[in-house]
Amino acid sequence: MNRAILEALVAARDKGLSVVLATRLDTGEEHLIDVRAAPKTAIGEAARVAATRDKSAPVEIDGAPWFLNVFNSPPTLYIVGAVHIAQPLSQMAALAGFEVTVIDPRTAFATNERFPQLHLITAWPDEALADLPMDHRTAVVTLTHDPKLDDPALIAALRSDAFYVGALGSKKTHAARIERLKAAGFDDAAIERIHGPVGLNIGAVSPAEIPVSILGQIVERMRKPDAA
Amino acid sequence: MITDHDKVLETAKDWLAQGHQVALATVTKTWGSAPRPAGSQLAVRADQTFIGSVSGGCVEGAVIAEAVDTIADGKPRKLSFGVSNDQAWSVGLACGGQIDIYVERID
Repeated sequence: MNRAILEALVAARDKGLSVVLATRLDTGEEHLIDVRAAPKTAIGEAARVAATRDKSAPVEIDGAPWFLNVFNSPPTLYIVGAVHIAQPLSQMAALAGFEVTVIDPRTAFATNERFPQLHLITAWPDEALADLPMDHRTAVVTLTHDPKLDDPALIAALRSDAFYVGALGSKKTHAARIERLKAAGFDDAAIERIHGPVGLNIGAVSPAEIPVSILGQIVERMRKPDAA
Repeated sequence: MITDHDKVLETAKDWLAQGHQVALATVTKTWGSAPRPAGSQLAVRADQTFIGSVSGGCVEGAVIAEAVDTIADGKPRKLSFGVSNDQAWSVGLACGGQIDIYVERID
């Protein structure tokens, strides 16, 4: 390994960037790839896939043996709506290793008393998300039931590489949401990225059980992106 | 994160800055119930000081010895470890897994 590459890798990790170190095992040739700016080459594409799966793996490219070592930034969860469910969801997600931000312009909801030691943003979701990094390590969940707050967040999420997009609400609420997003120009493939009604169907009822089902679904999407 | 890289690379960088020679061992492939996933790393100095892990302690001794040889001759090595058996001196994984490890000197 080249010492300059090691130093660049450590510096990238310090900055919170997601990078992949590609090493050709028969020659020692190596490339450090920034996932957000991965080149449109076979190695760049393989690195992007490995990073999305958060899985280091050997791959064969043009008949040569490579190893792709993934150094991802921690996963990020943006929760839109500082509602009751957001309290246990933010705590559980932080325990699971997510960097959590709660977004709600309603200052009565988004208070430090209700969300101690958490990154809170009291701005409109589309403005807040425009300033936050969104990539293959990002999950977005909307919890307000209010189209004025949820829809702009969902639109921002669908325009990003977010690996998970979820929206709380009944089937009826979700059907109405789909119609609005279609009217806003999103096609079926984009809309299918939204998990709604949100969460795994575990019969969750209480304000703590519902986050269990949501977080379970987020982890499933992160770890088994290919599963139906 | 499943692949917890700890501070292995940061430590390797510090060791180099202090004038040590360092080799890096990386798990490149696993089969079965291997204890550490692909991407797990171990950094080793010529004096056998090491940080990180490539298994649950099962093969680290052998990897460190190979790493010291790699520091000496600069040649990368590909190692494979499989199921341990009763043969004297053999090194293996009691869990029944199998792992490939790539060892290289940092130059």
